[in-house]
Amino acid sequence: MRNSEAAAMEHEAHNPALLHHFADAQQQKNAASLGMWLFLVTEIMFFGGMFCAYLIYRLNHFNAFAAGSQQLSIKLGAFNTAVLIVSSVTVVLAVKAAEAGRRKLLVGYLVVTILLGMTFLVVKGFEYNEKFEKHHVPGPTFNFTDTFDDNGKQIPVNPKEAELFFSLYFAMTGMHALHMIIGCGLFSVLAVLAWKGHYTPGYYTPIENAGLYWHLVDIIWIYLFPLLYLISRHS
Amino acid sequence: MSEHEEHTSRSQGFYLAIGAGLLLLTATTVGAAFVNLGPFNPIIALLIATIKATLVVLFFMHVKGASEKLTGAIVVSGFFFLSILLTLSLADYLTRSWR
Repeated sequence: MRNSEAAAMEHEAHNPALLHHFADAQQQKNAASLGMWLFLVTEIMFFGGMFCAYLIYRLNHFNAFAAGSQQLSIKLGAFNTAVLIVSSVTVVLAVKAAEAGRRKLLVGYLVVTILLGMTFLVVKGFEYNEKFEKHHVPGPTFNFTDTFDDNGKQIPVNPKEAELFFSLYFAMTGMHALHMIIGCGLFSVLAVLAWKGHYTPGYYTPIENAGLYWHLVDIIWIYLFPLLYLISRHS
Repeated sequence: MSEHEEHTSRSQGFYLAIGAGLLLLTATTVGAAFVNLGPFNPIIALLIATIKATLVVLFFMHVKGASEKLTGAIVVSGFFFLSILLTLSLADYLTRSWR
Protein backbone atom coordinates (compact mmCIF):
# COMPACT_ATOMS: atom_id res chain seq x y z
CA MET A 1 0.00 0.00 0.00
CA ARG A 2 2.13 2.83 -1.31
CA ASN A 3 -0.56 5.49 -1.11
CA SER A 4 -1.81 4.52 2.31
CA GLU A 5 -0.16 7.40 4.11
CA ALA A 6 -1.42 9.95 1.66
CA ALA A 7 -4.89 8.45 1.76
CA ALA A 8 -4.85 8.50 5.54
CA MET A 9 -4.05 12.18 5.58
CA GLU A 10 -6.70 12.95 3.00
CA HIS A 11 -9.65 11.10 4.49
CA GLU A 12 -8.58 10.78 8.09
CA ALA A 13 -9.16 7.07 7.49
CA HIS A 14 -6.45 5.23 9.38
CA ASN A 15 -7.03 1.99 7.57
CA PRO A 16 -7.21 1.97 3.74
CA ALA A 17 -9.02 -1.38 3.82
CA LEU A 18 -11.86 0.01 5.98
CA LEU A 19 -15.07 0.23 3.95
CA HIS A 20 -17.20 3.31 4.48
CA HIS A 21 -20.28 1.47 5.77
CA PHE A 22 -18.44 0.15 8.82
CA ALA A 23 -17.84 2.21 11.94
CA ASP A 24 -14.33 0.89 12.47
CA ALA A 25 -11.96 -1.88 11.43
CA GLN A 26 -12.94 -4.10 14.36
CA GLN A 27 -16.62 -4.00 13.36
CA GLN A 28 -15.72 -4.80 9.75
CA LYS A 29 -13.60 -7.73 10.88
CA ASN A 30 -16.33 -9.06 13.17
CA ALA A 31 -18.88 -8.87 10.35
CA ALA A 32 -16.59 -10.78 7.99
CA SER A 33 -15.85 -13.39 10.64
CA LEU A 34 -19.57 -13.81 11.40
CA GLY A 35 -20.34 -14.30 7.70
CA MET A 36 -17.57 -16.88 7.43
CA TRP A 37 -18.96 -18.76 10.41
CA LEU A 38 -22.44 -18.80 8.83
CA PHE A 39 -20.87 -20.39 5.75
CA LEU A 40 -19.05 -22.91 7.95
CA VAL A 41 -22.36 -23.85 9.59
CA THR A 42 -23.76 -24.72 6.14
CA GLU A 43 -20.63 -26.82 5.60
CA ILE A 44 -21.22 -28.59 8.92
CA MET A 45 -24.77 -29.43 7.84
CA PHE A 46 -23.57 -30.52 4.38
CA PHE A 47 -21.08 -33.01 5.80
CA GLY A 48 -23.53 -33.77 8.63
CA GLY A 49 -25.93 -35.28 6.11
CA MET A 50 -23.24 -37.67 4.91
CA PHE A 51 -22.21 -38.52 8.47
CA CYS A 52 -25.86 -39.26 9.24
CA ALA A 53 -26.18 -41.54 6.20
CA TYR A 54 -22.97 -43.31 7.23
CA LEU A 55 -24.21 -43.89 10.80
CA ILE A 56 -27.57 -45.25 9.67
CA TYR A 57 -26.11 -47.67 7.10
CA ARG A 58 -23.43 -48.70 9.56
CA LEU A 59 -26.10 -49.61 12.10
CA ASN A 60 -28.03 -51.62 9.51
CA HIS A 61 -25.08 -53.40 7.91
CA PHE A 62 -22.58 -53.54 10.75
CA ASN A 63 -20.56 -56.61 9.66
CA ALA A 64 -20.06 -55.38 6.09
CA PHE A 65 -19.07 -51.92 7.27
CA ALA A 66 -16.63 -53.38 9.79
CA ALA A 67 -15.12 -55.63 7.10
CA GLY A 68 -14.77 -52.66 4.74
CA SER A 69 -13.27 -50.53 7.50
CA GLN A 70 -10.68 -53.24 8.21
CA GLN A 71 -9.43 -52.89 4.61
CA LEU A 72 -8.31 -49.30 5.22
CA SER A 73 -4.75 -48.54 6.31
CA ILE A 74 -4.66 -47.11 9.83
CA LYS A 75 -1.01 -46.13 9.31
CA LEU A 76 -1.79 -43.90 6.33
CA GLY A 77 -4.93 -42.56 7.99
CA ALA A 78 -3.08 -41.66 11.19
CA PHE A 79 -0.22 -40.11 9.20
CA ASN A 80 -2.70 -37.94 7.32
CA THR A 81 -4.40 -36.92 10.56
CA ALA A 82 -1.05 -35.79 11.94
CA VAL A 83 -0.28 -33.91 8.70
CA LEU A 84 -3.60 -32.05 8.93
CA ILE A 85 -3.09 -31.18 12.60
CA VAL A 86 0.38 -29.77 11.87
CA SER A 87 -1.09 -27.80 8.94
CA SER A 88 -3.70 -26.35 11.30
CA VAL A 89 -0.88 -25.21 13.58
CA THR A 90 0.96 -23.56 10.67
CA VAL A 91 -2.28 -21.81 9.66
CA VAL A 92 -2.82 -20.41 13.12
CA LEU A 93 0.81 -19.26 13.19
CA ALA A 94 0.29 -17.66 9.76
CA VAL A 95 -2.63 -15.66 11.15
CA LYS A 96 -0.43 -14.65 14.07
CA ALA A 97 2.34 -13.57 11.68
CA ALA A 98 -0.19 -11.52 9.69
CA GLU A 99 -1.39 -9.87 12.88
CA ALA A 100 2.20 -8.95 13.73
CA GLY A 101 2.77 -7.66 10.19
CA ARG A 102 5.60 -10.11 9.47
CA ARG A 103 5.14 -10.53 5.74
CA LYS A 104 7.84 -13.09 4.95
CA LEU A 105 6.96 -15.25 7.94
CA LEU A 106 3.30 -15.15 6.86
CA VAL A 107 4.13 -16.26 3.31
CA GLY A 108 6.40 -18.97 4.72
CA TYR A 109 3.68 -20.43 6.94
CA LEU A 110 1.17 -20.30 4.07
CA VAL A 111 3.57 -22.15 1.76
CA VAL A 112 4.23 -24.81 4.42
CA THR A 113 0.46 -25.18 4.87
CA ILE A 114 -0.02 -25.70 1.12
CA LEU A 115 2.78 -28.28 1.07
CA LEU A 116 1.22 -30.14 4.01
CA GLY A 117 -2.16 -30.05 2.28
CA MET A 118 -0.59 -31.52 -0.85
CA THR A 119 1.14 -34.20 1.23
CA PHE A 120 -2.27 -35.18 2.55
CA LEU A 121 -3.69 -35.36 -0.99
CA VAL A 122 -0.77 -37.44 -2.30
CA VAL A 123 -1.18 -39.96 0.53
CA LYS A 124 -4.92 -40.02 -0.15
CA GLY A 125 -4.09 -40.69 -3.81
CA PHE A 126 -2.00 -43.72 -2.85
CA GLU A 127 -4.89 -44.97 -0.72
CA TYR A 128 -7.35 -44.53 -3.60
CA ASN A 129 -4.92 -46.30 -5.95
CA GLU A 130 -4.85 -49.30 -3.62
CA LYS A 131 -8.67 -49.37 -3.64
CA PHE A 132 -8.64 -49.45 -7.45
CA GLU A 133 -6.10 -52.29 -7.47
CA LYS A 134 -8.16 -54.32 -5.00
CA HIS A 135 -11.39 -53.62 -6.95
CA HIS A 136 -12.85 -51.93 -3.89
CA VAL A 137 -14.17 -49.02 -5.94
CA PRO A 138 -17.98 -49.17 -6.26
CA GLY A 139 -19.15 -49.95 -9.77
CA PRO A 140 -19.30 -52.84 -12.23
CA THR A 141 -15.79 -54.08 -11.33
CA PHE A 142 -16.43 -54.05 -7.58
CA ASN A 143 -15.29 -57.26 -5.94
CA PHE A 144 -15.22 -57.91 -2.21
CA THR A 145 -14.32 -61.34 -0.88
CA ASP A 146 -12.95 -60.31 2.51
CA THR A 147 -14.62 -61.27 5.76
CA PHE A 148 -15.21 -59.36 8.97
CA ASP A 149 -12.53 -60.39 11.44
CA ASP A 150 -14.43 -60.31 14.73
CA ASN A 151 -11.51 -61.04 17.08
CA GLY A 152 -10.32 -64.02 15.07
CA LYS A 153 -13.81 -65.18 14.11
CA GLN A 154 -14.26 -64.75 10.34
CA ILE A 155 -17.77 -63.59 9.49
CA PRO A 156 -18.68 -63.57 5.76
CA VAL A 157 -20.34 -60.40 4.50
CA ASN A 158 -22.63 -59.45 1.66
CA PRO A 159 -20.48 -57.75 -1.04
CA LYS A 160 -23.40 -55.44 -1.90
CA GLU A 161 -23.33 -54.08 1.63
CA ALA A 162 -19.55 -53.69 1.52
CA GLU A 163 -20.01 -51.73 -1.72
CA LEU A 164 -22.26 -49.37 0.25
CA PHE A 165 -19.43 -48.81 2.73
CA PHE A 166 -16.98 -47.97 -0.04
CA SER A 167 -19.53 -45.70 -1.74
CA LEU A 168 -19.79 -43.68 1.46
CA TYR A 169 -16.01 -43.88 1.96
CA PHE A 170 -15.37 -42.36 -1.47
CA ALA A 171 -18.17 -39.81 -1.17
CA MET A 172 -16.99 -38.55 2.22
CA THR A 173 -13.22 -38.65 1.72
CA GLY A 174 -13.64 -37.41 -1.88
CA MET A 175 -15.71 -34.43 -0.80
CA HIS A 176 -13.20 -33.78 1.98
CA ALA A 177 -10.31 -34.00 -0.53
CA LEU A 178 -12.14 -31.53 -2.80
CA HIS A 179 -12.31 -29.12 0.13
CA MET A 180 -8.57 -29.63 0.67
CA ILE A 181 -7.87 -28.81 -3.00
CA ILE A 182 -9.99 -25.65 -2.74
CA GLY A 183 -8.15 -24.75 0.47
CA CYS A 184 -4.74 -25.20 -1.19
CA GLY A 185 -5.88 -22.98 -4.09
CA LEU A 186 -7.17 -20.38 -1.65
CA PHE A 187 -3.89 -20.30 0.26
CA SER A 188 -1.90 -20.10 -3.00
CA VAL A 189 -3.76 -16.92 -3.96
CA LEU A 190 -3.39 -15.52 -0.44
CA ALA A 191 0.34 -16.32 -0.38
CA VAL A 192 0.88 -14.34 -3.60
CA LEU A 193 -1.18 -11.41 -2.30
CA ALA A 194 0.61 -11.56 1.05
CA TRP A 195 3.98 -11.54 -0.76
CA LYS A 196 2.86 -8.39 -2.60
CA GLY A 197 2.07 -6.81 0.76
CA HIS A 198 -1.72 -6.75 0.59
CA TYR A 199 -2.09 -7.62 4.24
CA THR A 200 -1.19 -5.37 7.14
CA PRO A 201 -1.73 -5.67 10.89
CA GLY A 202 -4.79 -3.46 10.27
CA TYR A 203 -6.25 -5.75 7.60
CA TYR A 204 -5.67 -9.48 7.26
CA THR A 205 -9.27 -10.75 7.34
CA PRO A 206 -8.89 -13.02 4.25
CA ILE A 207 -6.02 -14.85 5.98
CA GLU A 208 -8.15 -15.32 9.09
CA ASN A 209 -11.23 -16.50 7.19
CA ALA A 210 -9.29 -18.91 4.98
CA GLY A 211 -7.76 -20.18 8.22
CA LEU A 212 -11.24 -20.78 9.67
CA TYR A 213 -12.14 -22.75 6.55
CA TRP A 214 -8.96 -24.84 6.82
CA HIS A 215 -9.61 -25.61 10.49
CA LEU A 216 -13.14 -26.78 9.66
CA VAL A 217 -11.78 -29.11 6.97
CA ASP A 218 -9.37 -30.38 9.63
CA ILE A 219 -12.25 -30.97 12.08
CA ILE A 220 -14.19 -32.94 9.45
CA TRP A 221 -11.17 -35.21 9.01
CA ILE A 222 -10.83 -35.52 12.80
CA TYR A 223 -14.27 -37.21 12.69
CA LEU A 224 -13.79 -39.08 9.40
CA PHE A 225 -10.61 -40.78 10.63
CA PRO A 226 -12.11 -42.65 13.62
CA LEU A 227 -15.45 -43.31 11.90
CA LEU A 228 -13.95 -44.79 8.72
CA TYR A 229 -10.62 -46.24 9.88
CA LEU A 230 -10.69 -46.96 13.59
CA ILE A 231 -14.11 -48.13 14.75
CA SER A 232 -14.42 -51.93 14.89
CA ARG A 233 -10.72 -52.46 14.33
CA HIS A 234 -9.34 -54.08 17.53
CA SER A 235 -7.60 -57.25 16.30
CA MET B 1 -7.81 2.98 16.96
CA SER B 2 -4.96 0.62 17.66
CA GLU B 3 -5.57 0.77 21.42
CA HIS B 4 -9.05 -0.65 20.99
CA GLU B 5 -8.07 -3.24 18.43
CA GLU B 6 -8.39 -6.62 20.02
CA HIS B 7 -5.74 -9.21 19.48
CA THR B 8 -7.31 -12.59 19.85
CA SER B 9 -4.18 -14.59 19.06
CA ARG B 10 -2.05 -16.14 21.75
CA SER B 11 1.64 -16.96 22.03
CA GLN B 12 3.37 -19.30 19.61
CA GLY B 13 4.18 -21.69 22.45
CA PHE B 14 0.50 -21.95 23.32
CA TYR B 15 -0.43 -22.98 19.77
CA LEU B 16 2.43 -25.48 19.60
CA ALA B 17 1.23 -26.96 22.92
CA ILE B 18 -2.34 -27.33 21.59
CA GLY B 19 -0.94 -28.91 18.40
CA ALA B 20 1.13 -31.35 20.49
CA GLY B 21 -1.98 -32.17 22.52
CA LEU B 22 -3.91 -32.90 19.33
CA LEU B 23 -1.15 -35.21 18.09
CA LEU B 24 -1.10 -36.97 21.46
CA LEU B 25 -4.87 -37.48 21.32
CA THR B 26 -4.50 -38.89 17.79
CA ALA B 27 -1.95 -41.41 19.06
CA THR B 28 -4.30 -42.26 21.95
CA THR B 29 -7.28 -42.89 19.70
CA VAL B 30 -5.19 -45.09 17.37
CA GLY B 31 -3.92 -47.06 20.35
CA ALA B 32 -7.41 -47.42 21.81
CA ALA B 33 -8.69 -48.81 18.49
CA PHE B 34 -6.48 -51.90 18.90
CA VAL B 35 -7.85 -52.73 22.36
CA ASN B 36 -11.13 -54.62 22.43
CA LEU B 37 -13.45 -52.57 24.62
CA GLY B 38 -16.67 -53.92 23.13
CA PRO B 39 -19.32 -51.23 22.70
CA PHE B 40 -16.98 -48.65 24.22
CA ASN B 41 -14.62 -48.64 21.20
CA PRO B 42 -16.76 -46.29 19.09
CA ILE B 43 -17.73 -44.23 22.14
CA ILE B 44 -14.08 -43.61 23.09
CA ALA B 45 -13.10 -42.89 19.47
CA LEU B 46 -15.89 -40.31 19.07
CA LEU B 47 -15.23 -38.83 22.52
CA ILE B 48 -11.56 -38.24 21.66
CA ALA B 49 -12.56 -36.81 18.25
CA THR B 50 -14.94 -34.42 19.99
CA ILE B 51 -12.24 -33.30 22.44
CA LYS B 52 -9.91 -32.65 19.48
CA ALA B 53 -12.60 -30.76 17.54
CA THR B 54 -13.38 -28.66 20.64
CA LEU B 55 -9.71 -27.73 21.06
CA VAL B 56 -9.52 -26.67 17.39
CA VAL B 57 -12.75 -24.63 17.56
CA LEU B 58 -11.93 -22.88 20.83
CA PHE B 59 -8.25 -22.09 20.35
CA PHE B 60 -7.32 -22.36 16.65
CA MET B 61 -10.56 -20.81 15.43
CA HIS B 62 -10.45 -18.27 18.27
CA VAL B 63 -14.03 -18.80 19.40
CA LYS B 64 -12.81 -18.57 23.00
CA GLY B 65 -12.06 -14.92 23.57
CA ALA B 66 -13.73 -13.81 20.34
CA SER B 67 -14.59 -10.11 20.38
CA GLU B 68 -17.93 -10.81 18.72
CA LYS B 69 -20.11 -12.83 21.09
CA LEU B 70 -22.54 -13.62 18.27
CA THR B 71 -19.86 -15.88 16.75
CA GLY B 72 -20.23 -18.24 19.70
CA ALA B 73 -24.01 -18.36 19.18
CA ILE B 74 -23.58 -19.20 15.49
CA VAL B 75 -21.11 -21.99 16.30
CA VAL B 76 -23.38 -23.46 18.96
CA SER B 77 -26.41 -23.24 16.65
CA GLY B 78 -24.49 -25.12 13.94
CA PHE B 79 -23.71 -28.03 16.23
CA PHE B 80 -27.20 -27.84 17.74
CA PHE B 81 -28.88 -28.35 14.37
CA LEU B 82 -26.40 -31.09 13.51
CA SER B 83 -27.32 -32.86 16.76
CA ILE B 84 -31.03 -32.55 15.87
CA LEU B 85 -30.31 -34.17 12.51
CA LEU B 86 -28.35 -37.02 14.07
CA THR B 87 -30.41 -37.70 17.22
CA LEU B 88 -33.83 -37.59 15.56
CA SER B 89 -32.67 -39.75 12.64
CA LEU B 90 -31.03 -42.28 14.93
CA ALA B 91 -33.99 -42.20 17.34
CA ASP B 92 -35.96 -43.57 14.40
CA TYR B 93 -33.49 -46.13 13.06
CA LEU B 94 -32.32 -47.38 16.45
CA THR B 95 -35.85 -48.18 17.64
CA ARG B 96 -37.20 -49.90 14.50
CA SER B 97 -36.37 -53.39 15.75
CA TRP B 98 -39.00 -53.01 18.50
CA ARG B 99 -41.83 -53.37 16.00
